[in-house]
Amino acid sequence: MSYSKPKFKDSYGNFINGKFVDPLGGEYFENTSPIDKSLIAKYPRSQKEDVELAVDAANAAKDAWGNTSAAERATLINKVADIIEENLEEFATVETLDNGKSIRETMNADVPLSADHWRYFASCIRAEEGSATELDEHTLSMNIKEPLGVVGQIIPWNFPLLMLSWKLPPALATGNCVVLKPAEQTPSAATLLMEKIADVFPPGVVNVIHGFGPEAGKPLASSSKVDKVAFTGETTTGQLIMQYASKNLNPVTMELGGKSPNIFFNSVMDADDAFLDKCIEGAVMFAFNQGEVCTCPSRILVQEDIYDKFVEKVIERTKAVVQTNPFDDSCMVGAQVSNDQYEKIQSYIKIGKEEGAKVLCGGEANTDGDLAKGYFIQPTILEGHNKMRVFQEEIFGPVVCVTKFKDEAEAIEIANDTLYGLGAGVWTRDGHQLYQIPRAIKAGRVWVNCYHAYPAHAPFGGYKKSGFGRENHQMMFSHYRQTKNMLISYDKNKLGFF
Amino acid sequence: MPKIDITEKAKTIVEQLKDKHGDLIFHQSGGCCDGSAPMIFEKDDMYLDESDILLGEISQVPFYMNKDQYEYWKHTHLTIDITEGRGASFSLEIPLGLRFIIHSRLLTEQD
Repeated sequence: MSYSKPKFKDSYGNFINGKFVDPLGGEYFENTSPIDKSLIAKYPRSQKEDVELAVDAANAAKDAWGNTSAAERATLINKVADIIEENLEEFATVETLDNGKSIRETMNADVPLSADHWRYFASCIRAEEGSATELDEHTLSMNIKEPLGVVGQIIPWNFPLLMLSWKLPPALATGNCVVLKPAEQTPSAATLLMEKIADVFPPGVVNVIHGFGPEAGKPLASSSKVDKVAFTGETTTGQLIMQYASKNLNPVTMELGGKSPNIFFNSVMDADDAFLDKCIEGAVMFAFNQGEVCTCPSRILVQEDIYDKFVEKVIERTKAVVQTNPFDDSCMVGAQVSNDQYEKIQSYIKIGKEEGAKVLCGGEANTDGDLAKGYFIQPTILEGHNKMRVFQEEIFGPVVCVTKFKDEAEAIEIANDTLYGLGAGVWTRDGHQLYQIPRAIKAGRVWVNCYHAYPAHAPFGGYKKSGFGRENHQMMFSHYRQTKNMLISYDKNKLGFF
Repeated sequence: MPKIDITEKAKTIVEQLKDKHGDLIFHQSGGCCDGSAPMIFEKDDMYLDESDILLGEISQVPFYMNKDQYEYWKHTHLTIDITEGRGASFSLEIPLGLRFIIHSRLLTEQD
């Protein structure tokens, strides 16, 4: 079955103070689809002045919004979840056209999971309680959680609606107002959502600004009228945002890159059964979302005594990946998001080959038929060793590097020999390894006998150069709040000092 | 020190950016999304210290990379090029609809 392309207006505005408004400078940029380079629509090329409008609107709304009851905020957040769900196909087709990912992913993962994140945080804020401690018989310490005020959020292009849904609901649930900047490669889903939820929140509570990083992202990240910045992206920009935050003494959270190891111990091949089948699929997960995932399992580590047989199965499964028009529900791997990503990935495959990596499958762009119009790369397996650049740098494409290890100690050594620490996978039938290996890996999320699951209820974030702070899970509320401690004396008598 | 080079096309863009923004630096970003790519900023925008290695100058613009990352790159020769593209980072060429990218090759004895 093939889905139809969604329709768009010629141009869209920024969403500020509850309304769509034109950029003050009147400039727009053209947003095209990576599937065939066709024009989708024009979006505002916002400048500092537009960002200021949004930040001012958020500041004007923050006191009233911060004082709403948890019940009221949860009701509105749940409404957003309902709206996303009621318009599943529309969101999915917009996301596929804008990002290039396959429709089976947007229909079954991106959009339903987005709705679930809104619901999760709506329920958490109702269930949550503060704390009070009687420090002594006359003294009570009471902790009241207060919103920070205005939060700036900068999100990436790999899961446009889902990344928005990771960041917006916890900030709103905790009573903050938000100015969000979507990536300019994928402005459509955020715009569609604002159209659909325009009347849900009071004006100024949610604002969306489009534009380029240096022109719109930087003024948002460095604004002294913003109380916190949450960023998902790469390391250099992360470092810059932390610098700007240091000027304002603002908190930041950073979700940066990864080079995640996916480790297969020899016991996975003890039987040719459903579990082995799951393990092979787990290895091919590198191609999920075209490899455009910060936790892409981009290094496969296989124990040497099963290496040949296991890798043969992984190659066979990778070769069976269907790459076709992403609107066709048989498509498993779609288009890369942009021309520069497309070229960057090919340049990595080239340096991989030069460094001596062996191409086990793929290794080139896919230019079959209509795919030549877009940015398609064949799922690629490179065989080499962990010191090669392709093993150390995030390629952000459907490219995996495979190598072997002797024993547990060597598996852990290779797994941790990376600048990053975002995700990892461990696959084994051994009960001891199931616990001990994940504990030895320096990464914020270790999938054990599974991969690429992102439930709202499980915290996600990085060690090392993958950033800090967590997303998802109720613990995320702490990144969006102040603690007000009220220290109350119930003693009628003075201290006797003065 | 690995050699670093720039294509004529990329040089033109660097000159254009210099006219608009003044003194510039390149910084090679690490992973994720728009990363693993060179970024260009106004000279004083980014705080640099001994953890940043100076690889050389191209078009009178110093090119830096974090020391940790350099360990994995030091055996390769880099050529900065420019291509059509977008990016959500703060790199200054992005509003032109362009992105700097890197072509790498192994260093040879001649290098």
